[in-house]
Amino acid sequence: MGKLLAVTLVVIAIASAVPIVAHIWVPPADISTHGYQIDEQLSDTMVEAGICFLAAQIVLGVFIWMFSGRKPGARVRTFPGGAKGLVGAAFVLVGLEVLILGAFGKKAWATIYFTPPAADALPVQVQAGQFAFYFRYPGPDGKFGPLHPDKINEANQNIFGLDVDADKDSKDDIVTAEMGVPINKEIHLLMHAKDVGHSFYVRELRIQQDFVPGLDLSLHFTATNVGRYEIVCTQLCGLGHYNMKAYLNVMSQPDYDAWIKQQATMQ
Amino acid sequence: MKKQAWYRGLAIFSAALTLIFVFVMSQREVKAAPASGAGITGTIKLEGTAPHQRPIDMSKEPACAAVHKANPVTTENVVAGSGGGLKNVVVYISEGLSGSAENEVASSKPIWDQKGCQYIPHVMGLNPNQHFEVTNSDPTSHNIHPMPKPGGPNHEWNKSQPSGAPPIDNTWQAPEVAIHVKCNIHPWMSGYMVVVKGPYGVSDDSGSFKIENVPPGSYTLTAWQETLGTQTQKITVAAGKPATADFTFKAK
Repeated sequence: MGKLLAVTLVVIAIASAVPIVAHIWVPPADISTHGYQIDEQLSDTMVEAGICFLAAQIVLGVFIWMFSGRKPGARVRTFPGGAKGLVGAAFVLVGLEVLILGAFGKKAWATIYFTPPAADALPVQVQAGQFAFYFRYPGPDGKFGPLHPDKINEANQNIFGLDVDADKDSKDDIVTAEMGVPINKEIHLLMHAKDVGHSFYVRELRIQQDFVPGLDLSLHFTATNVGRYEIVCTQLCGLGHYNMKAYLNVMSQPDYDAWIKQQATMQ
Repeated sequence: MKKQAWYRGLAIFSAALTLIFVFVMSQREVKAAPASGAGITGTIKLEGTAPHQRPIDMSKEPACAAVHKANPVTTENVVAGSGGGLKNVVVYISEGLSGSAENEVASSKPIWDQKGCQYIPHVMGLNPNQHFEVTNSDPTSHNIHPMPKPGGPNHEWNKSQPSGAPPIDNTWQAPEVAIHVKCNIHPWMSGYMVVVKGPYGVSDDSGSFKIENVPPGSYTLTAWQETLGTQTQKITVAAGKPATADFTFKAK
């Protein structure tokens, strides 16, 4: 019986490693300038964690095999010096592993979060609310008008709470339901939530960032592939969470110019 | 002798029967039938140009976006119809109705449909306790969320209705002008339920409305529009004679 358990353990461990080693489920192609670092970090973590996982399962299987079916009264051999040293060594080993992963991952994280966006980055504001994303572009003046939460009126499509009559910076602001961006242009994304916590996730961009109510967060990215990608909310935000999405439309510069002009006429 | 007594008995019996009949009839309450044709008709006009109605981008819900691809929809806060008419104005009798006419509940069961991620109709009139049905004609889920005034006799509710789900039957207990309805899943969806006592009418594309079955009398009519507010005027309805009342709203 013990030997059967040992074999089953090892078979399950190896079988679950096969699809990963064989690259059966690959992530969608990366379309950002920073994404390769995330992919590298993920695959490094996968290799390291995978080796540890397989080693642990196989060692466990070997021990079960070795010590199954012992005769009654057989002497149990103990590790010299007791378990203390062994547990201590395991702690150090696991701690080192996490530290090393962190040290390597820091670079990827820092290039995304700790570097300022380029001066000519295109600012786009995104507002998350139950249960939709809306986007705001500053328009020709390059300035966002102030937000007045009391003026938010969805029936009127005043999603951000702009006072177009009083604030001159708001007059040319462009509010859209889809996020259009030009290709190979750095985007400075300014994020805020209208109500509860949400998350901005685009698989292809390798970006996932939570919205925190009351905090203005920002990140920057450059998209390198034309196409239409899904932006989904990955933070459970309520009943309609499953349906909270928008589309990221990466376009060539002329296409983007035409699109933003057309959106401006729809305000 | 015997024959005479028999006749007398019959006469007394008949007289008693007649008296009972008369008494019963006199006690019966007769409901006056509504005078036929005594309706109030009229037209709602919009003075000035309607405020700009923003187009609605439904790209978040591809099934609905596809429906409106050829004809993008806009917000419906002020819908100016043909010939200067104003759509979606509810006209009702705010004063002067007798008790029985006031408490009559329309027997029809209007449908509040969710189609192409819009409410159809955008504005619906109702009597208190009149049943209405909420249906979903879309291939997507909706979440209907009417928001009566907090603390009032009508209670807020919030129900999910997946595609193909059975209609939701409901009523409003008390009059309220007006109950805003929104969809929690599609923030652009907006509509109003206007709960009033007595007969009412809602203006159509050309701005015309009709209130039927109005008993003769003097009344105050109120016209309500979701962003332009209310207007009132006095009107006298004579038996069997249709009355007219026109309203003009000024665009803000």
